[in-house]
Amino acid sequence: MSALATVTRRTVRDPLAIARYLIARALLHALAIGFGVLLMVPFAWAAISSLKPVEEIRLLPPTFWPSRFAWSNYPDVWNSTMFAGWVQNTVVITVIAALGTVVSAACAGYAFARFRFPGRTVLFALTLSTMMLPQEVTLIPQYLLYYLLGWLNTYLPLTVPFWLGGGAFFIFLFRQFFMTVPQDLDEAAKIDGASYFQILGQIMLPLSLPVLATAGIISFINHWNSFIFPLIILNDPEKFTVSIGLRYFAVSPSSDAKPTDHLLLAGSIMMTIPIILLFFFGQRYFVRGVVMSGIKG
Amino acid sequence: MARQEAIYAYVFLAPWLVGLFGLVIGPMIASLVLSFHSYNIVAPPTFVGLDNFRRAFFEDPRFWPSLGVTFTYAAVVVPCGVGGALLVALLLNQGLRATNLYRTFFFLPHLTPVVASVYIWAWLLNRQFGFVNEVLWRIARIEGPGWLTSKEWALPALMMMALWGIIGGNMMMIFLAGLQGVPKELYEVASIDGANPWSRFWNITLPMISPTLFFNAVLAVIGALQTFTSAYVATQGGPAYATWFYALHIYTTAFNYTEYGYASALAWIFFVVLVSFTFLQFRASTRWVYYAGEVKG
Repeated sequence: MSALATVTRRTVRDPLAIARYLIARALLHALAIGFGVLLMVPFAWAAISSLKPVEEIRLLPPTFWPSRFAWSNYPDVWNSTMFAGWVQNTVVITVIAALGTVVSAACAGYAFARFRFPGRTVLFALTLSTMMLPQEVTLIPQYLLYYLLGWLNTYLPLTVPFWLGGGAFFIFLFRQFFMTVPQDLDEAAKIDGASYFQILGQIMLPLSLPVLATAGIISFINHWNSFIFPLIILNDPEKFTVSIGLRYFAVSPSSDAKPTDHLLLAGSIMMTIPIILLFFFGQRYFVRGVVMSGIKG
Repeated sequence: MARQEAIYAYVFLAPWLVGLFGLVIGPMIASLVLSFHSYNIVAPPTFVGLDNFRRAFFEDPRFWPSLGVTFTYAAVVVPCGVGGALLVALLLNQGLRATNLYRTFFFLPHLTPVVASVYIWAWLLNRQFGFVNEVLWRIARIEGPGWLTSKEWALPALMMMALWGIIGGNMMMIFLAGLQGVPKELYEVASIDGANPWSRFWNITLPMISPTLFFNAVLAVIGALQTFTSAYVATQGGPAYATWFYALHIYTTAFNYTEYGYASALAWIFFVVLVSFTFLQFRASTRWVYYAGEVKG
């Protein structure tokens, strides 16, 4: 024990060891900063290019810094294309779908966490196994189903299904969290004559604000980014979401044969900003959800 | 009482049961049935036996090449993505002062919607006006390829783009949580025994986080094999089918050529491939994954 203590003290006082430690730390910081800068290069190039005036965007050789910042590119995208409408559509769809995911996943998670009923084990195993299912297998029949229902080119397929449980991941997330809420609380409420709905609404959910935030943020991001589903469902450009709208903008020829790269980049950045803001404000909850998914059930 | 509990359980589960059977299990069965039929929505389905499968294996000129593209992509992206995410997590686990700031910056590419990231990268890699080729030219006088428009470089470009979003993303977060769960005492004991950092990593860190590594590897394989959006938006499978991913093949068959029966067969083949791959990974995992606290039989 004393030998160990002297070793530690000697290493701490040894200037060579301190220097070595500091150099190692500095190298680690340099590595982290270098990697961070490397990752930011695509953003930086896109951001700079999105602010170039139209006559400079396709200059040869390309300039690294615009001669003047054309801030008007951003309002231009917003006003002169359908972008504002796409954002509006996406916000409406995303909010309705994310809300449905949270509400219906909380109900299913509550049932799995708190009730004993015949078929529970089988249903829960079935639920978890759907997490591994590639969406390609269900995509075509789902599309045909919406065709038969006459739902194509409407927002129904992009919202209604998410009120039906919201998927295995979110159900699992809620179930895991509800399991940590002390059972005595609902026992006491039950004795006081509370119904199951009251227990869920007035005891479980108010205690579950962190997991509500986690589920809300993750499903918001999922719906905001969703691509293949809106792609097969929506036909009218006015009805598009941002993700497929951006692509529509990219592949449609511009009316006056002028380059539109800067506008496309501005649109891409505008599509990314809400997600980044959401992440900054909800980082804690977001990380919790990601980590939860990595814990074996 | 128990009966009433069961009834309420099914009330809370009702939406998810509709979703599970109506949107997951039902469609799975429907696509299996469709895979033995020829169907184009306009005419009623006709039974064709195993024709669709024979066509896929022996006649479809795009079937094997698209599997080849998809597996080549996964063979690069999965090891580099998982390994890179682990390295970055190790770096962030060194207790550096600005760790949270670094983590946030490393995570930003992952948050970028795939569609937006495609346009950001397409501009970065643009043959004439892109940052990468301009830097290559200024530094080394190398004339960079057209990247996404080049037969040889389109797939590597998509790989780079994917790795940009993967390395600092969810997997890194999950690794970080795994690393923080490794008991500190193990390292202390090993240090006293004179283990160097390399052997500490090899003999303590790696076995202790092997369940996390396994989880990440399984999800990374599933994710990489399902690649669709980036290829659809960036290259539409081209040039000359160089990025014709399997999921793109399914999509085109179904939604461009309206061959829903054949596309369902393709989807089911894919599903079987994915399940067997995951099964193999689980089988192999018993050799290298170590669960602390597990009783060896």
